[in-house]
Amino acid sequence: MTLPVAKTYKHYIGGKFPRSESGRAFQPSGNPDINVTRGSRKDLREAVLAARKGLASWSGATSYLRGQILYRIAEMLESRREAMQAELRLGGATAAEARKELDAAIALTVWYAGLSDKLQTLLGSQNEVQGPFFAFSTVEPTGVIGVVAPDGPALTGLLALVLPVLVGGNAVIAVPSASAPFAGLALGEVCASSDVPGGALNIVAGQRAELAPQLAAHRDVDGLFVAGKPDAELTAAGADNLKRTRFCTLPAKDWRDPKLLRALSWVEPFVEVKALWHPVAP
Amino acid sequence: MSQSSSPVEFRVPPVDAVALETRAAALGTRSIKRAAKISGLKLAVAMMDLTTLEGQDSPGKVRQLCQKAKRPLPARDEVPSCAAVCVYPDLVPEAVAAVAGSGVAVASVATGFPAGRIDRAFKLREVERAVADGASEIDMVIDRGAFLSGRYGEVYDEICAVKAACGAAHLKVILETGELKTYDNVRRACRIALLAGADFLKTSTGKVSPASTRPVVLLMLEAVRDHYLETGTIVGVKAAGGIRTSKDALRYLVLVNETCGDLWMTPKYFRFGASSLLNDVLMQLEKERTGRYQRPVDFSAD
Repeated sequence: MTLPVAKTYKHYIGGKFPRSESGRAFQPSGNPDINVTRGSRKDLREAVLAARKGLASWSGATSYLRGQILYRIAEMLESRREAMQAELRLGGATAAEARKELDAAIALTVWYAGLSDKLQTLLGSQNEVQGPFFAFSTVEPTGVIGVVAPDGPALTGLLALVLPVLVGGNAVIAVPSASAPFAGLALGEVCASSDVPGGALNIVAGQRAELAPQLAAHRDVDGLFVAGKPDAELTAAGADNLKRTRFCTLPAKDWRDPKLLRALSWVEPFVEVKALWHPVAP
Repeated sequence: MSQSSSPVEFRVPPVDAVALETRAAALGTRSIKRAAKISGLKLAVAMMDLTTLEGQDSPGKVRQLCQKAKRPLPARDEVPSCAAVCVYPDLVPEAVAAVAGSGVAVASVATGFPAGRIDRAFKLREVERAVADGASEIDMVIDRGAFLSGRYGEVYDEICAVKAACGAAHLKVILETGELKTYDNVRRACRIALLAGADFLKTSTGKVSPASTRPVVLLMLEAVRDHYLETGTIVGVKAAGGIRTSKDALRYLVLVNETCGDLWMTPKYFRFGASSLLNDVLMQLEKERTGRYQRPVDFSAD
């Protein structure tokens, strides 16, 4: 006889798996035995502190190493196929949909892993200037970025927004789908065994209407990447600290197609271009 | 044992460590609502000895620190000045000039801070010089070597001598509780310092870990409270080192209020020795004012 162990889904903050400080939980699958911790304003505050710390080690790593770590995420997704598909089915996907979505998630992760050490080449440049100087444009991470995932699909929807931000060297605080947060939260378990530095990716489960405005208002969050139609209130709240706020609207089926989700244009908003001048050697 | 002019033996009842830690922890869980929190945070700013005690301290750094102590948050008038700046003795003249006329006091560490392992004549000379340069508060370290070898009389005599050298300046006695190891030792050190005429008991130099902990501060508060009941003299307590967050500061204030009451809830009798704490308190105050969590880069480093 095996003893059934019910899983309580927790946040992923600073490399750890805490419950909400508020003590609240919700049951998105409708099953009262499957509880997901419900994030609060203070959980986000802790996540921002963790992200600030994580940013130092993640942005300090070489882009080559970041690419390897992202590739490791793909490896871990691959080796946890059964478990990840179970999480997706719990979120309402059929077995076939779950398999397809996981394939797409892995393909997307591998693509961004490969992109990592090409970013400087693609987004940077060597500029022609008047005078005996080299002038380079290089890209640097923007900082701590809040990501609000679409309500579905649960995994590719989250990864499609998280990966372009991570690949630029930013630290991320992600709010996964509220109706199906299971696969998104399981991504924390994947990251925890993938050498992603603690705090580089934080996942806070909860209600979007409660968490997104708090992310927008937090002055130590440098950017916001939100799935859905532009929201004037979020933009206004973010403007207080000149937050880089971007919205992306895609038809539901496109969130499942890795070819449509590979977007250098989603990396660009969350890197800063720095110009360097260097004298030409005589 | 060396000869001592002390007329008393420094016997103290043993400390119930479990009860002490339980009480300190229980008081740390008290919920503090918004209005009380805001006034508590402002009080914490007013109680702060803004400190820089590093080998790399320069006159410029001290001037900057003094400016910060005078106006911690330049745009907000309701945020009070800090109680004092705390510097090494050689930087006292710089600090005195920078805070002149502001009401911010200058505290100087002395007596061979932080180890205190120099000849007593040098210690007294250092105190005299700091006082002559204008320091109104002296933070001395006790001789832990003598204390831990049981030469309590020597420790007592030294505090008495330093107190005499201080003249009108306030004397804070740093027990360096992290090196005293046991609560019984802390209680005894408190007793010695109180009998020797300290104006303040201070936990730590900030150079030894653990620095200030809440059980130790609770113990010290009990000591000054009992001293007050015994003699009618109010001695202050300064918690220094390792206090970095607003939450921590509020927990200390709860300890003070619950142990000693209103009389001690003033910068005159309770202080925080800190540097990074101030910005965290300012960030919390701004958060309460604006409703938005703040970012560290918006607050000056010194």
